[in-house]
Amino acid sequence: MEAAVNNQLVSIEKPEIVAPPDWEPVIIGILCNWCSYAGSDLTGTSRIQYPPNIRIIRVPCSSRVDPWFLIKSLQTTADGVLVSGCHPGDCHYISGNYYARRRFLVTKKLLNFVGFHENRVQFSWVSAAEGPKFAKVVAKVTEDIKKLGPLHLYKKENFEK
Amino acid sequence: MARVGVFVCFCGANIADFVDVPAVVEEAKRIREVKFAIDYKYMCSDPGQQQIRDAIVQHRLTSIVVAACSPRMHEKTFRKALSDAGMNPYLLEVANIREHSSWVHQKDKKAATAKAADLVRMAVAKSIANEQLHEISVPVTKRALVIGGGIAGIQAALDIADARIPVVLVEKSPSIGGKMAQLDETFPTLDCSQCILTPKMVDVASHPYIELIPYAEVLELDGFVGNYKAKIKKKASYVNFKTCTGCGACWQKCPVKVPNEYNMGIDKRKAIYTPFPQAVPNKPVIDARYCTMLTKGKCGICSKVCEKGSIDYKMQDEIIEREIGAVVVATGYDLWDPKPYEEYGVGRFKDIITSLEFERMVSANGPTNGVPVRPSDGKIPKNVVFIKCIGSRDEAKGIEYCSKICCMYTTKHTILLHHKVHGSHSYVFYMDIRAAGKGYEEFVKKAQVDTGATYLRGRVSKIYKKGDKLMVRGEDAQIGQVVEVEADLVVLATAVVPNKDNPDLARLLGVSYDKYGYMSEAHPKLRPVETAKAGIFLAGCTQAPKDIPDTVAQASACAAKVCGIFSGDTMKKDPMISTVNKEFCSGCQNCVKVCPYGAIVTEEVPMGHGSKEMRTVAKINEGVCQGCGSCVAVCRSMAISLAGFTDPQIINEIVSI
Repeated sequence: MEAAVNNQLVSIEKPEIVAPPDWEPVIIGILCNWCSYAGSDLTGTSRIQYPPNIRIIRVPCSSRVDPWFLIKSLQTTADGVLVSGCHPGDCHYISGNYYARRRFLVTKKLLNFVGFHENRVQFSWVSAAEGPKFAKVVAKVTEDIKKLGPLHLYKKENFEK
Repeated sequence: MARVGVFVCFCGANIADFVDVPAVVEEAKRIREVKFAIDYKYMCSDPGQQQIRDAIVQHRLTSIVVAACSPRMHEKTFRKALSDAGMNPYLLEVANIREHSSWVHQKDKKAATAKAADLVRMAVAKSIANEQLHEISVPVTKRALVIGGGIAGIQAALDIADARIPVVLVEKSPSIGGKMAQLDETFPTLDCSQCILTPKMVDVASHPYIELIPYAEVLELDGFVGNYKAKIKKKASYVNFKTCTGCGACWQKCPVKVPNEYNMGIDKRKAIYTPFPQAVPNKPVIDARYCTMLTKGKCGICSKVCEKGSIDYKMQDEIIEREIGAVVVATGYDLWDPKPYEEYGVGRFKDIITSLEFERMVSANGPTNGVPVRPSDGKIPKNVVFIKCIGSRDEAKGIEYCSKICCMYTTKHTILLHHKVHGSHSYVFYMDIRAAGKGYEEFVKKAQVDTGATYLRGRVSKIYKKGDKLMVRGEDAQIGQVVEVEADLVVLATAVVPNKDNPDLARLLGVSYDKYGYMSEAHPKLRPVETAKAGIFLAGCTQAPKDIPDTVAQASACAAKVCGIFSGDTMKKDPMISTVNKEFCSGCQNCVKVCPYGAIVTEEVPMGHGSKEMRTVAKINEGVCQGCGSCVAVCRSMAISLAGFTDPQIINEIVSI
């Protein structure tokens, strides 16, 4: 059932749009303060290198992330979004990341439905001790978005022209 | 219009080596709202902070962006600099260009500089939407509630009361003392338990700052840290404690005999009873389940013999309310019922007893006057087999965890047996000897030498009867053979399990509990006495199995935490919490459902100005809100905003990249 539904959701993003050779994607990372943001700090403290495409926004908890933020990001500045929170069971606010996870799944289906590729928005669990993991996640997300090319779908400037 | 000041830090070479700092400053100056931008070697140093303070005054800045290390590092430092300059500290934003740029993009200075400039632009955009925030102060009721009067509750109550803070101590049974009052001697020093505990019990009863409410239960707890309201049910004792002198005439004459819980049912008590001679308060209560006057309306002897006329058969349960500021939960433990060990003949063979039954027998004030006897024939046992880990570390029949205290008290029991029954011999079947604690390993070693006890590493597979003896068959894993021991008495070290009332109590307190029923601490290492609910603390075996020293230490830690809450008349709280715009609120109450702290309630407000019709809106309790923002994201009418992380702030960040 799940697979059948997903199969119907054919991406309407056009892969034939060729990115300029010096194009670099912009990725917005929305991280929870207690686990993932601390984890990203640890990546820095450990001097682990990752692609410079991500711009990090700090929120208290992944449950603060409104689907609007993802849509707004894709509509204005970003080619992709990463949301990261505490591991299940580790939420600083008891249960926030569970709400975030459920909300995110629904949002992702919606974005998928209106034509965004599923890799445009990604979700991960990074704890405050997982500096190396954060670098890996960012590298993977960056690579995924690079493959997809620049995001033109529903970009505001396209409508204003 | 906003006037933003941008301060970019070199952090020595940490930032400057990998990010072109002057270029970032130039980039910042191009932003319309930025009226002042400067770089400096160390922004966090005193001269660095002075530059911020001076610029705030000179350039009439309305918000500040410091581009430096992580806000988790120096946000507080810079906030203080702002307030020193007379500016609201929450008008600060920190752009993290060290951990998020210079340190992680060391091979690409151009990209790192571009990213740093972006991060600064985001922070500037966010800071424009920043609002002045003020620390919240919440009034505090300086009275603590301690639930449970075992050694944990006693210690917590005494420590809090010694700080001259009133304490309400609620105990379920007629006397405080708990499990420790049932012990004979305590490891590893063999102190007499009664001798060290009863003075503390008397202290509790006589302490001017402690209100002792025995034979009572907590029914409800409403409110939030500093402002709880507790409903306590005082169970009917049928004895007027005010006039009762505790002479004991009533229970001596009472004709109804029932199993004595204090002695693990080995002997009998009366229907009117004090649990044990040193009980505090030393007043009897009538057990309504057994008293024939209360059940059948016949008897009334206690009333006749009471010279003070303290017996009142018509007494009813009484509900009292207390306003309190903090709660210490110290409900203690129960022992696991070893019934699933059918192959041992538990329940079939009378001479298999639990450790606490053995403890009561060897106790000087116990049912057998300090001498262990066989329940079957009353003879004094010579060969005693102790079996450890009954239920503990046994996923198949019991629970997975180690009960922590059994190794030590079994060692103590071998010593007590050695002392009380001359010519006796102990056999101990064990899995491991876990003697981690001050003086514990030495205690075990010395006991093994002094008593000559036979330690057999392995599990017992079967116990069967041979004549009037019990044959214990088990494995000695160290010689790899099956061994059989002829025993007069078998003592099972049953597992520690949480108080059976824990889940119910946890639910009414709003505290989480684990799969076993132990209440959960806020953090297993760094916040071991706090629960996730502010103002509720855990002491002793409520949280996990513990011995007496650990329990006492945790109880004192609870007292320190409680005293911390009560150190001022009000509590200061971070202002980054949610607020509801009642005009927008549609009353859907989605926020009420998602709030992990129960901080959101509803209230009725008029439909319109001067209207008599009412509508329901959400209301956030400032004292309880922790500022996670779950409610903001689920709010359909965008009526809730989280200070410090408002929608305009985050959207500004997103669109400004």
